[in-house]
Amino acid sequence: MKILLMGNPNVGKSALFSRLTGIHVIASNYPGTTVSYTRGFMKLGGETVEVIDVPGTYTLEPTSEAEEIALQMLTTGDMVINVVDATNLERNLYLTLQLLEKEIPLVVALNMWDDTEHRGIHINLSRLEEFLGVPVVPTVAVTGEGISELVKCMDKATSPDVPLRSHDERWAAIGDIVEQVQSITHRHHTWRNHLADASVKPLTGIIIAIGVLSVAFLVVRFVAEGLIGYVFDPLFNNLWAPVILRLSELLGNSGFLHDIVIGRISGGEVNFVESFGLLTTGLYVPFAMVLPYITSFYLVLGLLEDVGYLPRLAVLMDTIMHRLGLHGYAIIPTMLGFGCNVPAILATRILESKRERFIAATLISIAIPCAALQAMIFGLVGQHGVQYVAIIYGTLFLVWAALGIILNRLVKGFSPELLVEIPPYRLPLWRTVLQKLWMRTYGFLVEAIPIILAAVLVINILYVLGIFDVIASFTAPVVTGLLGLPKEAVTALVIGFLRKDVALGMLAPLALTAEQLVVGSVVLAMFFPCIATFVVLVRELGIVDMLKAAALMITVALLTGGMLNLILNYWL
Amino acid sequence: MSDSKQITLRQMQAGQSGIVAQIQGGHDLIYRLSALGIRPGKRITKVGSMFMRGPVTVQLDSTQVAIGFGMANKVIVELG
Repeated sequence: MKILLMGNPNVGKSALFSRLTGIHVIASNYPGTTVSYTRGFMKLGGETVEVIDVPGTYTLEPTSEAEEIALQMLTTGDMVINVVDATNLERNLYLTLQLLEKEIPLVVALNMWDDTEHRGIHINLSRLEEFLGVPVVPTVAVTGEGISELVKCMDKATSPDVPLRSHDERWAAIGDIVEQVQSITHRHHTWRNHLADASVKPLTGIIIAIGVLSVAFLVVRFVAEGLIGYVFDPLFNNLWAPVILRLSELLGNSGFLHDIVIGRISGGEVNFVESFGLLTTGLYVPFAMVLPYITSFYLVLGLLEDVGYLPRLAVLMDTIMHRLGLHGYAIIPTMLGFGCNVPAILATRILESKRERFIAATLISIAIPCAALQAMIFGLVGQHGVQYVAIIYGTLFLVWAALGIILNRLVKGFSPELLVEIPPYRLPLWRTVLQKLWMRTYGFLVEAIPIILAAVLVINILYVLGIFDVIASFTAPVVTGLLGLPKEAVTALVIGFLRKDVALGMLAPLALTAEQLVVGSVVLAMFFPCIATFVVLVRELGIVDMLKAAALMITVALLTGGMLNLILNYWL
Repeated sequence: MSDSKQITLRQMQAGQSGIVAQIQGGHDLIYRLSALGIRPGKRITKVGSMFMRGPVTVQLDSTQVAIGFGMANKVIVELG
């Protein structure tokens, strides 16, 4: 048996899903997160049944990819739980009427029931049940209220005989129903309403956006640096270093195996960044340099999502994004990109046209550094002064804007307009924020650590075989001549294909100047996507567009790196 | 009919309110807008708009919707 959860976006469908199944799912405030649907299982009368969280949809007339998926899924289910936002009854009932016309048993969950009271909305439940001919259960998914009643009602789900209606007839029927079951008394304009209005007006909106993003950035840094300084660095230096030194002795202080496992250590001290062994750099980079930033970034992003700020940022950025051939909504995949480019490129699916998806995915993979790379930039370049970090971000931003303007001219087609619901500000639930944080952090650990360890292993083997020397002398004219980096730096660019954080770490032992580090970081960020991003790019864009994007990346990276080298080393 | 004036959503001032009179567009636009609650007969209030042909934000019942500049030009509202 298969149960489908269907409803408009932003009605708490994902929260209801996690209540029913107990599975950790992503439940956030903007449409798009559930385009790839989520499955789970629940017990129903001693039987285990499958529950599917169908992408949010306003109608069954497919106008977007997500709605097409929803329509296709409808034919595979045995029963539908239609999740309805009780505070938006009229708009939500359109989908309900369409579902009633299909021959599938239905039960309605009237969610956000707790919100109706302070909004002055009164709904006559038994009258609504009469009109619809199916069970209607009030629920509050975020607290779990009404969930057990909903489960008890599921065997009463029916598919009443309903005439097929046209678009206009459905709205007329809804008008009748709403008039008879719903009455609205006074409504307070709360402080949250005022804040909501202020954040989509130009002047106050920009001030709020600058405030929100600055605070977000400061919190990310504060939490990450706190974790590094008070938790991970002490752990590695006080507990792990003695173990490594002991092991180093056991392995005879040198030799092939020693170099791979421990790396190069000198003077009885472990340099976790530069030694490049599996148990030293291979663990230190992911846990002590990158993980703290991943954790703090996703904590802050999750809060922004669940509060409902991101659609407002989309409204604010719309004018600028149109210059880049995108509309405001593209800011959401872009923000995700600062965490990891992989989910960011998957999230470009929320954009309507192929043209927009190409531009957005290309811009993200060229100019948006992921959290892992940013962590290394802060760690390594930040030592030389904050102005060098600023140059890196400034350059990437300029490239993002300039390349977007160029692509907007070059790529054929037009950009569709923004049309998006702006959900009310909601206080985030710590439970769902932490669940989401755990999922994303766990995802990083599972996916990144094997690749990081493999990268460190490959680097050591290539060193021993002398392959890097061959590549280095082969590419010396470009790397040394154009970018002004020592020829050994090319090894970092090659390893950048595996992991950019490890690659930047490889520049550490080369004793580069601050200017060289800036050039290296920028080129590494832009040059080529890491292998995980590469795979999703091929899948999302197709091989032809991926080749175009790759050609752009290499050209733009070399041009930018060359110019940066000239400006930093000769003009200033 | 001096007190019933029809203007586009774009021309409305922030804070002004009226009834949606007409959507000047094809089926696709009408369906997409009505799914978000914007259809003839509905009371609509303009919350604000972004400068330089940015999107218009409106309030309908307890929903807020942001609409691109071009689309906002196609929604005719009767003030009052």
